[in-house]
Amino acid sequence: MGKISKYITYRGGEGQWSWLLHRITGIGVFIFLLTHILDTAMIGWGPTAYNDVMAVFRHPLFRVGEVVLAGAVLYHALNGVRIIIIDFWPESTMVQKKLFYAVVIAFLLIFVPAAIYMLAWVVK
Amino acid sequence: MNGAGRPRPQGGIDLLAWIFMRVSGVVLLFMVLVHLAIMHIINNIEVINYHFVAVRFATPFWRTYDVVMLWLAFIHGLNGVRVMIDDYVGSQGWRVFSLASLYVLGFVFLALGSLVILTFNPAHPF
Repeated sequence: MGKISKYITYRGGEGQWSWLLHRITGIGVFIFLLTHILDTAMIGWGPTAYNDVMAVFRHPLFRVGEVVLAGAVLYHALNGVRIIIIDFWPESTMVQKKLFYAVVIAFLLIFVPAAIYMLAWVVK
Repeated sequence: MNGAGRPRPQGGIDLLAWIFMRVSGVVLLFMVLVHLAIMHIINNIEVINYHFVAVRFATPFWRTYDVVMLWLAFIHGLNGVRVMIDDYVGSQGWRVFSLASLYVLGFVFLALGSLVILTFNPAHPF
C-alpha cells in the first residue's frame, strides 16, 4: 500500500469507513461553504452580478453537484448523531456497527427520494 | 476506549472545541436541513435570483437565521480542518504555516459572509 493508506486507515471495519467518510464529506462541505460565501457576496453588487452567478449554478454539472453536496451534508449530519450517541452513552459502543448500518439506512431513506426529486429536471 | 469521535480532551480550549463540535453539530443538523429543504427542494436554483434573496432578506428572521447558521457552520468547519491539520501535518513549520493561513482565510471569509448578510440593502449596492 502506498503512503496514502497511512492517512485514511486506522482500525479497519465500519468504524474506520464511517470516520473516513465523515472527514471527506466534512472537507467537501467546508470548501463548498467558502464558495457559497463568495457567490452570495455578489448580492452586494446588485442584481446583474448576482443573477449572472446564479445562471452558472443552473448548469447541469452544478445541479448534479448540488445533489452530491446534499448527500454529503446528510451523511455528515447522520453520522454526527452516531458519534454523539457513542460519545455520551459509552454502552452503545457495543452496538456501534448496528449504529453505522442505521446511519446508512436512514441516509438511503432520505437521500434517494430527495435526489430523485432534485433531479426531476433531467426528464423534463 | 473512548467513543466514536475524538477522545474527550481533559480540559482547556480543546475540551471547549470538543463540546462545541457536538453542540453546534446538533443545532446545525436542524438549521442546515431546513435550509436545504427550503432552498433546494421547495425552491430551487431555477427560481432563486436577486429578487428572491431581496424578499427573503427583507425579513429580519431569515437574516438572523442565516448569520447564526453561517457562524456555527463556519467555526464547525474551521475547527474540523484545524483537527485534520494537527493529525496530518507533521512538521512544526508547516503546521504553524497551515494554521496561520487557515485562521487568516477563516477571518476574511467569515467577515465577508457576515457583512454581506447584515448590510444587504437593495437600494444601496456596494
